[in-house]
Amino acid sequence: MSEVIVVTSGKGGVGKTTTSANVGTGLAAMGKKVVLIDTDIGLRNLDVVMGLENRIVYNLVDVIEGKCRVKQALIKDKRYQSLYLMPSAQTKDKSAVNPQQMVKMVQQLKEQFDYIILDCPAGIERGFQNAIAGADRALVVTTPEVSAIRDADRIIGLLEAKEFKQIDLIINRLRYDMVKRGEMMTAADVVDILSIPLIGIVPDDENVVIATNQGEPLVGGSTMAGRAYQNICQRVLGEDIPFIDFEKTISFWTRVTGIFHKN
Amino acid sequence: MDLGRIFRKKSSREIAKDRLKILLISDRVNCSPEMMEMIKTDIAKVISKYMKIDAQSMEIQITKTGVKGRGKTQSLYASIPILDLNK
Repeated sequence: MSEVIVVTSGKGGVGKTTTSANVGTGLAAMGKKVVLIDTDIGLRNLDVVMGLENRIVYNLVDVIEGKCRVKQALIKDKRYQSLYLMPSAQTKDKSAVNPQQMVKMVQQLKEQFDYIILDCPAGIERGFQNAIAGADRALVVTTPEVSAIRDADRIIGLLEAKEFKQIDLIINRLRYDMVKRGEMMTAADVVDILSIPLIGIVPDDENVVIATNQGEPLVGGSTMAGRAYQNICQRVLGEDIPFIDFEKTISFWTRVTGIFHKN
Repeated sequence: MDLGRIFRKKSSREIAKDRLKILLISDRVNCSPEMMEMIKTDIAKVISKYMKIDAQSMEIQITKTGVKGRGKTQSLYASIPILDLNK
């Protein structure tokens, strides 16, 4: 049976698109048939993060308006055979689509795919309503900051009202050095406040910027963020994966590089 | 040596956590402060019919019960100091 997962956060810029790209790619790498849908109409970004921006012909709004068939709008990924992207429209706005139309399209995609991942726009307006309409599972992304956590809490409340089957938390951009100094909330603090199950911790990693520059997902690689995303994918599939202790890795490398940096 | 460091105040992590806890209580309860004030006045009025209370220091609060405040049922808690039971 296929699963429809929405990646959402409330606040912008916390890493929804990066998470969508990496979770989608990771699941495809594990042999699942995956379609990523960019639901941010007017501000499309998932295509660039995936490095597929040059292949867009039709988009989500064209499908909804009946200008093309679903299959025509789907872009095949460069790396994985079983991964597809449904790009968003750049010239329209969020009112071009309504939740009923999204549900209908998602139902259609369910016939061909194991996982449908919806990259949700920031905010709680129409774009959010569209993205969550057809979903039965959610990944709520937050950073360990007051504003992002507050918005995540609001989103969780809205998702619970819609009776989602499962709502899991991803804590993004955690800085272990700051946590150690007592200048950043720990993952446990965030989980304690939001009270939903934790499915992944992604450390703050400059490789995310590098990967986005190149239009390549990190999942499957050896970077800290890449490993964290790999674990998230396995947990999405229901595997019981222990959380990686990045702190040890970091302190080891700081020590090693520290030798060379001394004076 | 920086003495301020030894007698350091709360870390910013603790400040963030405390602020969020308070903030989310009011965020989760969808009730305006004006309405809460009206409820409070009305409750005080009714109780005052039967006993002498300290309306100034009474407090009311809506909380969600269940797992760590994420439950579905909401309850209204009122704390009303009684000055004299027999009016």
